[in-house]
Amino acid sequence: MNTGELIERFEKKEARALAKIISLVENNSTVAQEILSRLYPKIGKAYRIGITGPPGGGKSSLIERLASQFLKEGLDLGIVCVDPSSPFTGGAILGDRVRMSSLFLESKVFIRSMATRGSLGGLGLRTKEVCDILDAYGKDIIIIETVGVGQIEVDIAKTAYTVIVVLVPESGDTIQTLKAGILEIGDIFLINKADREGADRLAMELEMTLKMKEKNSPTPIILTCALTGEGLDELFQEIKKHRNYLEENRLIEKKRKEIIASEVKELTEEKIVGKTWESKEIKEILDHLVDEIYQGKITPFTATEEIIKIIKGM
Amino acid sequence: MERKLRILIAKPGLDGHDRGAKVVARGLRDYGFEVIYTGLHQTPEMIVKTAIEEDVDAIGLSILSGAHLTLFSEVKRLLKENNAEDIHLFGGGIIPDEDKEELYKMGVGKLFGPGTTISEIVDYLNETFASKQEK
Amino acid sequence: MENENIKKAKEICSETISGIPLKLFYTPDDIKDFDYERDLGIPGEYPFTRGIRHTMYKGRLWTMRLFSGFGTAKDTNKRYKFLLEHGETGLSVAFDFPTLYGRDSDDPLSRGEVGICGVAISSLADMETLFEGIPLDKVSTSMTINGPAAILWAFYIITAEKQGVSPEKLRGTIQNDILKEYIAQKSWLFPPEPSLRIITDIMEYGSKYLPQWNTISISGYHIREAGATAVQELAFTLMDGFTYVEEGLKRGLDIDTFAPRLSFFFDSHLDFFEEIAKFRAARRIWAREMKNTYGAKKKESLLLRFHTQTAGCTLTAQQPENNIIRTAYQALQAVLGGTQSLHTNSMDETWALPTEKAALIALRTQQILAYETNIPNVIDPLAGSYYIEYLTNKIEEEAYKYFKKIRELGGMVKAIEMNYPQREIADAAYRYQKAVEEKRRIIVGVNDFILPDEKLEIPILKIDPRVEEEQKERLANLRKKRDNNLVNKRLKELESVAKGKENIMPPILECVRAYCTLGEICRTLKEVFGEYREKPIF
Repeated sequence: MNTGELIERFEKKEARALAKIISLVENNSTVAQEILSRLYPKIGKAYRIGITGPPGGGKSSLIERLASQFLKEGLDLGIVCVDPSSPFTGGAILGDRVRMSSLFLESKVFIRSMATRGSLGGLGLRTKEVCDILDAYGKDIIIIETVGVGQIEVDIAKTAYTVIVVLVPESGDTIQTLKAGILEIGDIFLINKADREGADRLAMELEMTLKMKEKNSPTPIILTCALTGEGLDELFQEIKKHRNYLEENRLIEKKRKEIIASEVKELTEEKIVGKTWESKEIKEILDHLVDEIYQGKITPFTATEEIIKIIKGM
Repeated sequence: MERKLRILIAKPGLDGHDRGAKVVARGLRDYGFEVIYTGLHQTPEMIVKTAIEEDVDAIGLSILSGAHLTLFSEVKRLLKENNAEDIHLFGGGIIPDEDKEELYKMGVGKLFGPGTTISEIVDYLNETFASKQEK
Repeated sequence: MENENIKKAKEICSETISGIPLKLFYTPDDIKDFDYERDLGIPGEYPFTRGIRHTMYKGRLWTMRLFSGFGTAKDTNKRYKFLLEHGETGLSVAFDFPTLYGRDSDDPLSRGEVGICGVAISSLADMETLFEGIPLDKVSTSMTINGPAAILWAFYIITAEKQGVSPEKLRGTIQNDILKEYIAQKSWLFPPEPSLRIITDIMEYGSKYLPQWNTISISGYHIREAGATAVQELAFTLMDGFTYVEEGLKRGLDIDTFAPRLSFFFDSHLDFFEEIAKFRAARRIWAREMKNTYGAKKKESLLLRFHTQTAGCTLTAQQPENNIIRTAYQALQAVLGGTQSLHTNSMDETWALPTEKAALIALRTQQILAYETNIPNVIDPLAGSYYIEYLTNKIEEEAYKYFKKIRELGGMVKAIEMNYPQREIADAAYRYQKAVEEKRRIIVGVNDFILPDEKLEIPILKIDPRVEEEQKERLANLRKKRDNNLVNKRLKELESVAKGKENIMPPILECVRAYCTLGEICRTLKEVFGEYREKPIF
């Protein structure tokens, strides 16, 4: 399939074409840039919701429930689930979609699993671009589920308009131990498996901590139980509320520009870093510099200056 | 960036024996593959739709219930119907030699039985996709 | 003064398949604390380590019970008669996947699976055919059925009724162990709460009307087959057992009324002595817990009676005749371990369901053991062996560690929700596979002693593809001939009892009498109870 044909079939809403384009972009293939530039003008319609939180929180089951709600409203959904790649083997088991099996046959739902592939945050290297593609395809809502292994979950804020943080009572999470930043980025907090002991206590602790950081309106804290469906209506309403709030105050444009800015920064950094360490010249001089530092002749800071000189010249 | 091979490990039909599928999934991960597991009780329709959305390179069906002839042919048919015949189909489980022959004739890839090692499956997949370069 | 060679020898160690470290030889020092009365007792006396009866096999040989079923009820009926003719002493029903999942043969999801790995039973009529010419007051029947156990049991009870046999004469077992389904076998129907309600209803009904029937077969076999170690098999099975006891007590049932009818089902795997030690530890632990923790007073309540199946997962597809030998050793383990009932696998089961010939060899394996070796004549012959007593103690010790952990998690149901046993099993399965691939564990014919270019030379059973069509026809006829008004009435009655708190068996029996099908009854119950969905881990 050549690129033109692929895009044509994409525009005709063929799922296979969508999937193939996602792969091309995810694999950084040479045609990815061309495709993205063709699709870019169409981006901007989809509303992006990010779901993050420690593992075992029940994020996938929640997404399944949320998705059925959106489907009832006739909306078209894209769901992106990110799982960690093994740092040793580079492989991954992408096991989030398995908990959303009731959605498998819904024609309006497209689920894509991604591995982090070396990215250190909660998202894969090309997750943002994948969301862009789903946006261009015409999805109304895109839900992104992050890795949730306790690393830099805050990445999700760089790609979603509404960020939902999912906690559970017994994951040992007292507020103090939550990763810095997670409290800042949450637009909505969910305490899932609320039928378990400690749910109310956690909710109270959370409320007190958030009050201290509060800007204008209090951040909603919802107790949910994905099994029984309890709290899900409330969640759905809060998402709507948040979206309305952003739209009414023209904040979507602001957020979108923030997302784009961070994307550009990341891509630039990626490129520079890549170019730097792949350069033969730099690789050679690195060994030499390391020797010098080892012998006490220069410091790591001096060495850095040397390398930057070379980069500037490249 | 090195292109990763994406494999779908699927449990079609009512068969609930997932020890093998899970061990294979883990094993493939340890050899650098990206593995998507469908969970139990999948219909051929669910499996094919998943395979297309995830743009997998291959589908591995795990069947220990004896219903392999029906299930493999149904998946094959749906792949054809959805223009996805380039997705490689292989599998494993309890499949007598006679049935294996019939499935091979249908165009199904290698079928692995009890006693197969993970490295055998990995070698097979690597060989099958050796020609697939980064596009 | 130890000489160098002895010192070196003492340093050699290996481990059991479960990972328990082993010395090269055992001495009295390894069981220093041994107290015969406390740790063993005589067979038939607390703590029953040596066996549950004073006479064991001299009083009654273990039941030779081969798990069978395939195709239609008629096909399986023939196989049952064949096995009974050749000396089998108990029946064991293997159902096909649709039946295990409570679906009729004409359900769309049953396509391609009817009669393939067990017998298709969709209605009372099928059950009547299955036991045609087999008087149900003269045999004991074990049925491997879990999610829809209540219904298949009802089919059996009414079949007996039609034969003129009253329920209190019926002997047999329904597996009915839903906890291990969530953990390992995965043929569930409803979520845990309603499932436990049904199981307790069954225990209650059975203790009233079928005093000779085992209402649960608390199983470790499937847990082991899914990859668990011997210790995990023992610990998770017994924890499941304790949970069912607690459910019965919660309901207000008298423990000495329902406990005597709880039975067990274990695997007999490769590590010869570990398996025997496992069986002995099982008896001792159960007796102790039933007496001290649950306050059972009757002797019958303390007995861990069990059925054993030789380990299917240890059979090889390569050089399948070797499986006869594996099965023989594993059968020996079960007998030395004091099993009450035994199934021996057939050599061809890594390829298909057993042929008549293969099943016969499996039966003969038991008969040679029973009649030629003299082993059954002396009870628990390995007692007093330093190794066996050490290992029995050690396995018990390890099992208690799991009990503690699971109790800390809030009990077995909670542990299952958290995927705890499932994860332990998946890890153990993966470790085992790695050990085999790295040749730290040898499997003859598979990773060593291989025959290159092997050709399969044994006959393989083929299921007639017409079975599905035949079953569909039968169902269509049944639905035409029966009184459909009565069917709907009974299903409605069942629905209202399901929604309430009364015992679910009576309305199920009425549905069955009216020839409601399995699928129809299950659908009604699913609407009330919901369907279980697993959250898999790796």
